[in-house]
Amino acid sequence: MSGLIPLAFAFPLTAGALGTLLRGRRAAQRLLTVAAALVVLALGVVLLAEVRTGGVVTDDVGAWPDGLAIVLAVDPLAALMLCVTAGATLVALTVAWARGEDDHPLFHPLVASLLAGVVLALVTADLFNLFVAFEVMLIASYVLLALRGGRDQVRAGVVYVGTNLLASALFLLGVGLVYGATGTVNLARLATAVPGDSAALAGLSLLLVAVAAKAGLVPLHGWLPRAYVHAGPAVTVLFSGLLTKVGVYVLYRLTSLILVDVTGLAPWLVAVAAVTMVVGVVGAVGGKDMRGILTFHMVSQVGYLVLPLGLMTVDAVAAGVLYLVQYVAVKAALLAVAAATRSLEGSDRLADLGGLLRTRPALGIAFLLPALALAGLPPTSGFVGKYLLIDAAFAAGSWWGGAVMLGVSLLTLLSMIKILTGAFWGERPERPDPGHVLTATRRRVLVGVPLAIGVAAVLLGPAAAPLLELARDVATGLVDPSGYLTAVVRP
Amino acid sequence: MSAAVVVGLLAAGGTYLVLQRGVVRVALGFTLLGHAATTLLIAAGGADARGVPFAGAGPGAADPLPQAFALTAIVISLGLTAFLLALAFRSRDVHGSDDLETTEGER
Repeated sequence: MSGLIPLAFAFPLTAGALGTLLRGRRAAQRLLTVAAALVVLALGVVLLAEVRTGGVVTDDVGAWPDGLAIVLAVDPLAALMLCVTAGATLVALTVAWARGEDDHPLFHPLVASLLAGVVLALVTADLFNLFVAFEVMLIASYVLLALRGGRDQVRAGVVYVGTNLLASALFLLGVGLVYGATGTVNLARLATAVPGDSAALAGLSLLLVAVAAKAGLVPLHGWLPRAYVHAGPAVTVLFSGLLTKVGVYVLYRLTSLILVDVTGLAPWLVAVAAVTMVVGVVGAVGGKDMRGILTFHMVSQVGYLVLPLGLMTVDAVAAGVLYLVQYVAVKAALLAVAAATRSLEGSDRLADLGGLLRTRPALGIAFLLPALALAGLPPTSGFVGKYLLIDAAFAAGSWWGGAVMLGVSLLTLLSMIKILTGAFWGERPERPDPGHVLTATRRRVLVGVPLAIGVAAVLLGPAAAPLLELARDVATGLVDPSGYLTAVVRP
Repeated sequence: MSAAVVVGLLAAGGTYLVLQRGVVRVALGFTLLGHAATTLLIAAGGADARGVPFAGAGPGAADPLPQAFALTAIVISLGLTAFLLALAFRSRDVHGSDDLETTEGER
């Protein structure tokens, strides 16, 4: 079983390499990338079934002696994230195909390399290896963002690359300090070595700042909305599901193993999460185009995902995990609607749009359902996630964390209504019709993908019990990481 | 001690350059920051934490792990410098300058 873990990384990487060789043959490239994502999905499902019953699966790559080996480990959280990541990649690939965005010869190899980096970041139990995984993933994302090479892409690219390089440099310095203080980069060994050691804690604080910047936590969030809106619309779908979520995942991992033992940190995590929620949603309410509003929401939602880490009860973390899974799907659907609007109407600026609910009712429904889920209205999956989060926050005694979540939900709804009134109600402004650039099949796929996710999000609300059970298994492993620790540190 | 001073100087110079406006200077700044990190990694080595990994290596053998880290970091930093310089080049093509501030207003 443990031999499967490196495969999840090797398949996308090979697909990326082969895709680069097959530069002129789009169909072959598509097949390779989709196959790689499907393999990751299948491995994620198999590993998830295994770790839910049999505990953490590990693999020492290259069978080096203890202390030198890079240990890969899959616990329920990593396995679940593998499935979520692969699913988000498949959605983004579908949207990219339907919009014709994958016509660039390097698009598919880059997506495959990005997926490889994300998979490695999810399965590694080694701090330096995590840095390498971040870089593999980020280098692919730098190029994907700047792929179209226009004025806005170059400017957004410099902001994005600059911020992330600075974060990576801090991360590397942090790894050096932690290694110098403790003599190990194995996450499980660090769990016991770091909390009492002030030199190691200094290194850890650098790591924490770097990961917070990558996750988009306030006040290190400014790059995210400025960069993501200028990527291709399908690339935004991809980044939304993969990049910031990996930052959040690493925060979950670090908190579960190390940060939870650092005294006095928990209230700060709650405070940063609360400020992130508020700043993100206020930025979203002020947005002028669909993607601008939706990318600012990403910042706000990262706050929801990080808040449970300040509470660290099974209920709160389970709610966070459930929220994460449904949120990735819902946000992908909303960004897919923005991408579809851009293709069908030629623009996603609210000032250029209007009356879409009448002219394109299917697209209207495809927006409405996930929008309700994002705002957290019953009976959608978003309601279940938010209800459990707020309930857990009050139960853990963080009443003001719960209060901020409630208030931010209201503002989220407001920003969704802004898109609804701007784009879907009212009259279409006088503007030349862009005509049909895409074939009928592609147009149907563009609308069908978010519609399907939206329907799933509504159905998932009443039927959330199995997913919640899974989330509780994940959370139990995070709140009490002894299984992970014993599996990763060999006697 | 000397390593600490070198890391401090490199990090200070790198930070100064990263805060400049032109992309080429930013690229040079990241190169310096990368060197600071590499030096720190090498200085962080020590064989006390575990035994000597290779058969036949004497007790004076260096800790191989930070050297592997540093090599990896150097390769990554080389690639990223190349990408940043390409971005600066492209910026000159589309904006006429690699200075972000002068190009920010004209949208």
